Amino acid sequence: MNIVVCIKQVPDSTEVRIDPETNTLIREGVASIINPFDMYAIEEAIRLKERFGGKTTVITMGPPQADDALREALSMGIDEAVHLSDRAFAGSDTWATSLILSRAVKKIAQFDLLVCGKQASDGDTAQVGPGIAAHLNLPQATYVRRIDTVHLDTSPKIMVVERLVEEGYEILELQLPALITVVKEINEPRLPSLRGKMKARKEQIPVWTHKDLNLEEDKIGLNGSPTQVVKIFTPPAKQGGKILQGEPKDIVEELYKEIKDFL
Amino acid sequence: MLNYGFTEEQLMIKDLARKVSEEKIKPKSKEWDEKEEFPAEAIKALAQSDLFALCIPEAYGGMGGGLIELCIATEEVSRIDGGVAASYAASFLGMFPILLFGTEEQKKKYLPQIASGKSLTAFAITEPEAGSDASAVATTAKKDGPSYVINGLKHFITNGGDADIYTIIAATAKNKGPRGLSGFIVEKGDKGFDFGKKEEKLGIRASSTRELIFQDCKIPQDRLLGAREGLGFIATMKTFDQSRPGVASQAVGIAQGALELAVAYAHQRVQFGQKISSFQGIQWMLADMSTKVEAARSLVYSVARAVDRGDKDIAAASAQAKLFASDVAMEVTTQAVQIFGGYGYMKDYPVEKHMRDAKITQIYEGTNQIQKGIIALHLVREYGK
Amino acid sequence: MSSIRVIDSKCTGCSLCVKACPFGAIEIKDRLAVIDLTKCNICGACKDACKFEAIEVVKKVGIPKKDLSSYKGVWVFAEQRDSVVSTVVFELLAKAQVLAKDLRTYVGAVLLGHNIKEQAQKLILRGADKVFLVDEPGLKNYIAENYTSAISHIINKYKPEIFLAGATSCGRSLVSRIAVSIYAGLTADCTGLDIDPVKDILIQTRPAFGGNIMARIISPNFRPQMATVRHKVMPEAQPDRSRKGEVIEEKIDSLSEDKRVKFVDFIKEVTSTVNIAEADIIVSGGRGMQAPENFKLLEELAQALGGAVGSSRAAVDAGWYPYSHQVGQTGRTVCPKMYIACGISGQIQHLVGMQSSKVIVAINKDPDAPIFKVANYGIVADVFDVVPLLIRKLKESK
Repeated sequence: MNIVVCIKQVPDSTEVRIDPETNTLIREGVASIINPFDMYAIEEAIRLKERFGGKTTVITMGPPQADDALREALSMGIDEAVHLSDRAFAGSDTWATSLILSRAVKKIAQFDLLVCGKQASDGDTAQVGPGIAAHLNLPQATYVRRIDTVHLDTSPKIMVVERLVEEGYEILELQLPALITVVKEINEPRLPSLRGKMKARKEQIPVWTHKDLNLEEDKIGLNGSPTQVVKIFTPPAKQGGKILQGEPKDIVEELYKEIKDFL
Repeated sequence: MLNYGFTEEQLMIKDLARKVSEEKIKPKSKEWDEKEEFPAEAIKALAQSDLFALCIPEAYGGMGGGLIELCIATEEVSRIDGGVAASYAASFLGMFPILLFGTEEQKKKYLPQIASGKSLTAFAITEPEAGSDASAVATTAKKDGPSYVINGLKHFITNGGDADIYTIIAATAKNKGPRGLSGFIVEKGDKGFDFGKKEEKLGIRASSTRELIFQDCKIPQDRLLGAREGLGFIATMKTFDQSRPGVASQAVGIAQGALELAVAYAHQRVQFGQKISSFQGIQWMLADMSTKVEAARSLVYSVARAVDRGDKDIAAASAQAKLFASDVAMEVTTQAVQIFGGYGYMKDYPVEKHMRDAKITQIYEGTNQIQKGIIALHLVREYGK
Repeated sequence: MSSIRVIDSKCTGCSLCVKACPFGAIEIKDRLAVIDLTKCNICGACKDACKFEAIEVVKKVGIPKKDLSSYKGVWVFAEQRDSVVSTVVFELLAKAQVLAKDLRTYVGAVLLGHNIKEQAQKLILRGADKVFLVDEPGLKNYIAENYTSAISHIINKYKPEIFLAGATSCGRSLVSRIAVSIYAGLTADCTGLDIDPVKDILIQTRPAFGGNIMARIISPNFRPQMATVRHKVMPEAQPDRSRKGEVIEEKIDSLSEDKRVKFVDFIKEVTSTVNIAEADIIVSGGRGMQAPENFKLLEELAQALGGAVGSSRAAVDAGWYPYSHQVGQTGRTVCPKMYIACGISGQIQHLVGMQSSKVIVAINKDPDAPIFKVANYGIVADVFDVVPLLIRKLKESK
């Protein structure tokens, strides 16, 4: 079973602090990590490979330093990595990003399954996964919390998944090749191994630009993106709330008075 | 921490061991301690990260490297949980006799499964009547055709019951004293090999400590360590030379963990309107603690490097590292509890656990009094002429 | 290509732009701002922050894709499950009416399903002028591929200028696919939608970095302008019995069911008696609840308030409560009218999942817990002292 995982490098939100004066994010010195949701995607790909054999490939689109994210995925046990890095990609919105990633997937050619995290922790859009599926015209299942069964001996190959929705979960049967996006519940990502780290350090990772992917410049970057960010601003700070103090009984009385209108 | 000139690979090991400890061990540390539960998940995580492959040559499925790599990993694990570290390091204790004295067949058979973490290992010499006096071993192994028959009782065996491979020391010739001791490799499941009671301990409660019971336990003769009788005592001594820096690094890790907790607490706890870290009394305590930890660490890594270089006569230096680091651990963890005050005495905070875990490092693999004996013997030999 | 540059002669090295950059792409070197182009996304936040007009941004505007003036109408996707329209749709209809008024156009609703004609009337009473209905057996359950082809078809036929959907597990996945299929701009998880009075385009406001920054986004050259809207942020449209509307039933010949995906079943989870995405009130517990059995107390409080129970990651990881209730970065983002955090310290990953709640009540023993920074009402006390009294008070007052 050949699997491709798309990942993104994001700032580590456990390290992100808010400047109390300006109420803005302090980005200085914040480490970059693999998007937490993508860790589940990587783990699931490795587990499927361990069960069914085949090859796993990880792709990321991002600046040169995103190389670290790819090497971390390799150290966990992913077989190969591809880095999409090009000035012409900068400013891509989810439409253009999913186009670029889908072209890279196409170039890799042989795959049964594409796995993405449900969303990136910085942008929070959850649009790129289904976007890639649409560009490649693949069947999709988003928010997958469990892979029930996989039949690789049938034609076409089939996979049954559980998809988390607001009130419970749906069971979907997908023909492969397909795309899934996964949620935290699906597994517990492993840590890298020493052997993996040693191997990852030496690995030659190909870097592809828009030319390698035959992408026209008016379809990517800011120019190819239907949406434009016109302003980024910090939301007004929440004013300090009211602190209720005293005996529990009095606190409850006071709280009740304050909240009864919302009930 | 001082820069010890670690190589890129050694830093990788340190980084990985820290990650495993922070992410896979720390969240469950309190629970394992409370329930006195064997940390199977932690052992699995350490194995998955190849940390059991350290020290074992690549030819036998290991990652190569030497004692210093093991000390680096042990220190990191101990910084979070001295109990898990005990299980981890004890497996190397069982591994070393095979690595140092095993036949080629024994190495080929056992080392790869130890390196992959598939099999946990234990070392057994201690008996109820043979603690510090290793030569008083009463367990016997009698040759019986192509087999050996083992009878006797081992106790206080770390990883006992949870390990798959046991390197044990038994007497093959009672009249020869220490020279009559031999090493054997016993596997879990061997007929006549059973486990006794699990000990309830003060500290390192995540590690399991049990009795091993041998009742006419018949094993094939190819399990005789090194295929030679009489290797038992020398194998034990050489193993301890290797393992004592490991215990010392465990002590350094336990102390380092407690020191970090104490600093963080002192910097957050407010009394008399200011952080207690601004009081000179606390500052001096912390300064002393960190100086001692660093001194212990320097000694440990120097000795580990000497071992890896193949220096001869490292017994005394190895004993000094264990003696000094374990005394520092006891002192630093006690002071850390003191800085926490009343909170430090409560189980809500992790610092008291460090103090309980530290105590064993002064006792096992030769009490500190035994270490002093080794050191004194060396002194007399060197300068007493 | 679009470009950005620092005009060195105007830059004073004041570092305002460094703080404003959401991508950490600017540094001050030798008293001049230097932009790392490998990190820069040309969003223009630095240009807005600069008081000296020292940053120049040239955005090359893409070519309008079609004749934009032929696109009319503000549409909403009428998501349904088991032939019942979701409440988020009524929120969309309320917003759509405001937007349609500003644009002097109509409100449309797209309803897909099987045997759901009577739901169309409901949409009209809540504000739809036209309901585009596709009633086919193959559309009974949401399947992204089939819904995409049906909706893309009617969008291309009737050309709405705005298309809104709920930012739900269905809406987010579906609309992403549609937007790619028809080459339209899509903005996820909006909390604000307005019409630019001059250009008559949609201004979409959405949180990023878990609500720590807000972005304003437009899609001026593409139609429809698509957005998913966060549930519970906007008020619902109330039914108006006097409203009239038109139901346009579409037969889609080209709708060939995608055989590659089969909907097998939907399983309602028993634990989610009230699901947290829908709840108006959420009572949430964290590590301070100390043990799984103490969540019963929170369930009791939630019941007294008619709300749902949520949980912090710490409590989920400890196995005290199921993951489907987890609020925060790796769980769900919620936006109820009232959020009561019990024994939750308020790590940033938790805050990003709930800080847009209208009223936040926090109960925690530790006065320094970060949760108090976002709380409207902070109670420094033991959960186990306060909650039982609150339950009693609520029951008495009923």
